[in-house]
Amino acid sequence: MVKYALMILSIIPFGVTSDSNQFITLQSTTSTENSGLYDFLLPAFTAESGIKVRVVAVGTGQALRNARNGDGDILITHAREAEERFVRSGFGLNRRDLMFNDFVIVGPPEALGDKSKNRNPVDFFRNIAEKERIFVSRGDDSGTHKKELELWTRADVDVVAASGRWYRETGTGMGATLNIAIGMGAFTLTDRGTWISFKNKSDFEIIVEGADILHNQYGVVVATPKNQEPSKRQNAIIFCNWLLSEAGRAQINSFAINGEQLFYANGDGSACE
Amino acid sequence: MDSFKESFIIAFNLILMGDSQLIEIVALSMKVSLIATLCASIIGILLGVALSILRFYGRTPLIILINGLMGLPPVVVGLLLYMLLSKNGPLNCLNILYSPSAMILAQFVIILPVVASLSQEILSGYFEEYKDQLRVLGRKNQSIAITLIWEGRFRLFTAVVAGLGRAVGEVGAVMIVGGNINHVTRVMTTSIALETSRGDLNLALALGIILVSVSIIINGALFYLRRLSEALDGDT
Repeated sequence: MVKYALMILSIIPFGVTSDSNQFITLQSTTSTENSGLYDFLLPAFTAESGIKVRVVAVGTGQALRNARNGDGDILITHAREAEERFVRSGFGLNRRDLMFNDFVIVGPPEALGDKSKNRNPVDFFRNIAEKERIFVSRGDDSGTHKKELELWTRADVDVVAASGRWYRETGTGMGATLNIAIGMGAFTLTDRGTWISFKNKSDFEIIVEGADILHNQYGVVVATPKNQEPSKRQNAIIFCNWLLSEAGRAQINSFAINGEQLFYANGDGSACE
Repeated sequence: MDSFKESFIIAFNLILMGDSQLIEIVALSMKVSLIATLCASIIGILLGVALSILRFYGRTPLIILINGLMGLPPVVVGLLLYMLLSKNGPLNCLNILYSPSAMILAQFVIILPVVASLSQEILSGYFEEYKDQLRVLGRKNQSIAITLIWEGRFRLFTAVVAGLGRAVGEVGAVMIVGGNINHVTRVMTTSIALETSRGDLNLALALGIILVSVSIIINGALFYLRRLSEALDGDT
């Protein structure tokens, strides 16, 4: 019976085979995928190079962990320190600045009133904590979550103690967290790209924006897992260099939703390798 | 209410226009779930029949274990398979992570206990009913197994359909091992999750409506197939 069982199970790998081996796996943060950036960028790159890019969109933390396990050839994430640690630990080639936008705090419109959106986000966070207004956190070790924790630390607020009361950790992606925040009439921190492309905004508005600390930098790293096929490494480098090239930058900068640009290419001109 | 109406309109339009992306996604969903169900049904039914006929040490704990595994959380299956199939994992030689094959494997693992457990339940009933006659006839286990499966074939349908239902609607595991890669591993459930996270709730619900419709159609087809074969059976 075991023999038959194995025979049947062997159907599985043959069930579906991939047509071409000429692809690389991109482990990416969700905001870039959810906004539709890759649907815009990748066809141009594939047409030029013949290399297909398969996007696995997870939070930055998980993307880095997956790549540490060797399950990705290139990374696009937004947590500079974690990316640099990844490279220092020998899991990747150089880390390069790719593009940026900014984080914004969104919430119910009455919170804005007639006040300016250019408030100090740290003061605003302290205010939320003092008034115990409900705040929804990603709570998933993503780039956005790391930025949010940085703001709480600067505001000198102990969110661990408040967790479960006014501070709610969802442990999910940006979109799911926005849906929850909107459902609860709560505040949350989001990257502007996800916010612009998000369709279930209800009456929510940007409450705070524009401070330097809200800068959201995306980086690109070619991963170098041990048993990676050499062709994948080569193709990942080609893709990385393309992203940082004039053509790639122009493509990133021309991506817009409703006339609003989502990402600003800001590589310093150096290639990946 | 308008929101629901809009979702139905979107679903209807997608189907009417024969949206190529939608067809691709539905086709992959079906392919993955049907292959997984086929494999799980064959092995599950064999397991079920073995457990109903054979008496061995540890049989009851094994049945309890399989019954318990029916409630296996898909996310746990996804996570375990990810760890096994990852480049760092022991099964990386299969090289199927982030491919439809990995999703088939995940659904297979999730529904095998369902099919095995339900089959065991069904076939044990038949075995209790017929065992004295079968023993008197001096039949061997293998031939008893064939008789039981044949006698129980219509009720085993239910076990298979239950398995298929769980496979088609599953999202946690296929998201992790498939990666929801556009044109490669994106299926109905992962698309719904993606559109929800894009905040496009109407489109997400529309896809849900289509998924349920497809599921009803398949179940309807299986139901009439069963009716038909029962009717033919009655004639002979």
